[in-house]
Amino acid sequence: MIQILFMFFAAVALGAAINVLTQKHVLYSSLSLIVLLTAVSALFVLMQAEFLAVINVIVYAGAIMVLFVFVIMLLNLPADEESNDRLRWLKFAGIPMGLFLLFMVARTVWRVEGSATTPEIAGTAQAIGASLFTDYILPFELTSLLILIALMGAVVFAKKDL
Amino acid sequence: MIPLNWYLILAAALFLLGMLGFFIKRNIISLLLSVEIMLNAVNLTFVAFSSRNGQISGQIFVFFVLVVAAAEAAVGLALVIAMFRNRETLNVDRSNLLKW
Amino acid sequence: MSEFFNSNREIILLFVKMIVIFGGVMTALAYTTLAERKIMAFVQMRPGPNRVGPFGLLQPLADGAKFLLKEQTVPGNANVFLYYLAPIVSMIPALLSFSVIPFGPDLKIADTNVSLLFIFAITSLGVYGIVLGGWASNSKYPLMGAMRASAQMLSYELSLTLSVVGVLLISNTLSLNSIVLSQQGTWLGFIPRWNIFPQFIGFFVYVLSGIAETNRLPFDLAESEQELVAGWHTEYSGMKFAMFFLAEYANMVTVSALATIMFLGGWNGPMFGPWWLQMGLPTVWFVLKISGFLFLYMLIRATIPRIRYDQLMRFGWKVLLPIAVANVVLTSFIVAIS
Repeated sequence: MIQILFMFFAAVALGAAINVLTQKHVLYSSLSLIVLLTAVSALFVLMQAEFLAVINVIVYAGAIMVLFVFVIMLLNLPADEESNDRLRWLKFAGIPMGLFLLFMVARTVWRVEGSATTPEIAGTAQAIGASLFTDYILPFELTSLLILIALMGAVVFAKKDL
Repeated sequence: MIPLNWYLILAAALFLLGMLGFFIKRNIISLLLSVEIMLNAVNLTFVAFSSRNGQISGQIFVFFVLVVAAAEAAVGLALVIAMFRNRETLNVDRSNLLKW
Repeated sequence: MSEFFNSNREIILLFVKMIVIFGGVMTALAYTTLAERKIMAFVQMRPGPNRVGPFGLLQPLADGAKFLLKEQTVPGNANVFLYYLAPIVSMIPALLSFSVIPFGPDLKIADTNVSLLFIFAITSLGVYGIVLGGWASNSKYPLMGAMRASAQMLSYELSLTLSVVGVLLISNTLSLNSIVLSQQGTWLGFIPRWNIFPQFIGFFVYVLSGIAETNRLPFDLAESEQELVAGWHTEYSGMKFAMFFLAEYANMVTVSALATIMFLGGWNGPMFGPWWLQMGLPTVWFVLKISGFLFLYMLIRATIPRIRYDQLMRFGWKVLLPIAVANVVLTSFIVAIS
């Protein structure tokens, strides 16, 4: 049963990723990315990381992608025009190259063996919070500083006249 | 039980799709979207290893990747707005004023 | 036949629960629309719908038939795929939230240990229905309404999420069932152990943020009838409009249900009577508390004027958010020293 769920969500994720690449209008690409994010969150749930799954949806699909969709709608972008005609065939040369690279990566990764017995990990809020606020408190404070800097930078860049 | 290799290969495929999109696309927002695909693939790898080794540090790292992705998306989109205001196009090939 | 029932008992019980909850919720939504019209009418000293059936009780059926039988039109330059997708994207998160809400000690579909965050995640996906609906209609009033609505919903999500952190600190769990169970019992014998008494600031912030989240008066500048014909669902008619409409009421019921679970004790209430009455009594208390909240919603809609958009954003960011953060700090301080 869990294999069927994994196959389904993996197929949805791969299909959404391919759709992000092949759509002409960038709004459809961002909508496909939202589908990809929910599929990845479902895969997180399959790995017992349910807190991260809902955080992924709240932060990524619910806030960052809304930002993307906002900017696309505000700028009122048309569908992509045809780019430089000389290099158009290079796009299609990328597909067999990508498949070859995937084959090389998969050959290396296939030999990775997890432990024989899977240790039970609880991806609950208590476990993550206990580790985040004791072992990783310094990176946590630094990320708050990072968000503050990004906030100021975004406001400065998007202003009409400085 | 799903073997670890399947998750890793799926994450590798997603990462390669994001990389392919980053090389092929000409629109700046599509480039940002491809970067987000790559970050999601990395998140998947972290959580897969965390659930296999029984340590919670993998999921903590996903937290930080999420925060950095949010900050990067915000600043990147502000830059996109500034660029669109100056140049009326989002094609990266047209932003070649420094080319000699 | 009976072996089939005995071996798959849990799954069949789950299906029965799903049908009961879903059917109950859809009927309640239909009659919430009637209740809104009647309550607003009584506040304004007029009778409201009273022609279809006794006291207008068959009005939702008439409305449903009207929505089903209307002609499906698409505006000229609209984006057809997104135009059809927007009501679906609005309706799915609104109904999905009911899968983790406990209607009684056993009447819940799923009980995860991140249920509360699940509901917040699902409601934050509901923004896309509004944004896509406004964009796909290719007309200026829906686009403006959609931009305003999504900015407002994003801003008030922050204070909404922060206002429940106080409750989390007290009950130490994210699971809605455990939050309800932690409010059983009484203090001093007669004051129920509800979270509204220690967390009245959080309750106040939650109710205001909830009204703003669901785009209801006084925070409904995004769909105001006097300025932007109908906001993001201007160009929608027929069944698609019915889906937007139902999604709005489902969001209202979800916010009210969460408020009762977290602050008013959920399905807790005095138990009396024989065993068959006691099986249904928690659900009755829960529905009564939710109805109280819905009545409050409609009363506020009928009496308070609309807030201007910049006043709305200023209120959300500069007033509600600091109050919510102060509540979190105060609660964590008190929990830590006791």
